[in-house]
Amino acid sequence: MHEELTLLTVASDLDVVSARQRGRELAAQCGFSSGDQTVIAAAISEIARNILMYARRGEIGFRVMLDGDRQGLVIVARDAGPGIPDVHRALQDGYSTSGGLGLGLPGARRLMDDFEVESAPGQGTTVTMTKWTRPHA
Amino acid sequence: MEVPILKQGHYLIASIQSALTDADLSQLRESLVERVGRFRAKGVIVDVTALDVMDSFAVRTLRDLAHMTRLRGAETVIVGIQPEVAFAMVQLGLTLKGVATALDLEEGLAFLDRQARERTDHA
Repeated sequence: MHEELTLLTVASDLDVVSARQRGRELAAQCGFSSGDQTVIAAAISEIARNILMYARRGEIGFRVMLDGDRQGLVIVARDAGPGIPDVHRALQDGYSTSGGLGLGLPGARRLMDDFEVESAPGQGTTVTMTKWTRPHA
Repeated sequence: MEVPILKQGHYLIASIQSALTDADLSQLRESLVERVGRFRAKGVIVDVTALDVMDSFAVRTLRDLAHMTRLRGAETVIVGIQPEVAFAMVQLGLTLKGVATALDLEEGLAFLDRQARERTDHA
């Protein structure tokens, strides 16, 4: 069960801030700890920045999933940019083609529970990442 | 949103008040590097207590800022990194290597005072 909650455009550095703030609000509503809210916001910041850097514009969608007694906040970042020729390599630490720190994708992956990248040259990039609430004991 | 920069004695204090865009952060870096010369500052404190996230761009910009002011003769201390922010930074693999940090404004000022004393002692 899931519902599409929000879709935000990412086309400027102000949108990066809005996206991570929206992510943090939704994470709070899902019952994530403030530590997890920060982790989610940081991951959103990294992938939103990737959109700006490589594709110049794209969008980030949020939805909440239920799986038994845990909730997942799913974040989908899509762009129609140049795409990533070697996804496996882009997920390795220290790899970057933008002169950045090379932390974007691998960093965001470490912060989230599930992380998937779909991309091909000329086909754009879709990153789907999920954080799950920890069921209360 | 522009970050207010206060001058206190030989120090410059920049208190970040709210979430900053990349452009705001770059602007802060430029202003501080310039003002170190204008006010002949010996130390800079950047208070990030209000930042609820530090991502790779923020960390890189603060690190560059600290290195640039040092080249201009002023030590920079980053103060007020919140526990959750520190946690996320470490998980992201972000470090502020070579940059002084302190718990809060008070500790930051104490650090700069110690640095100034050491410099005088060695002189």
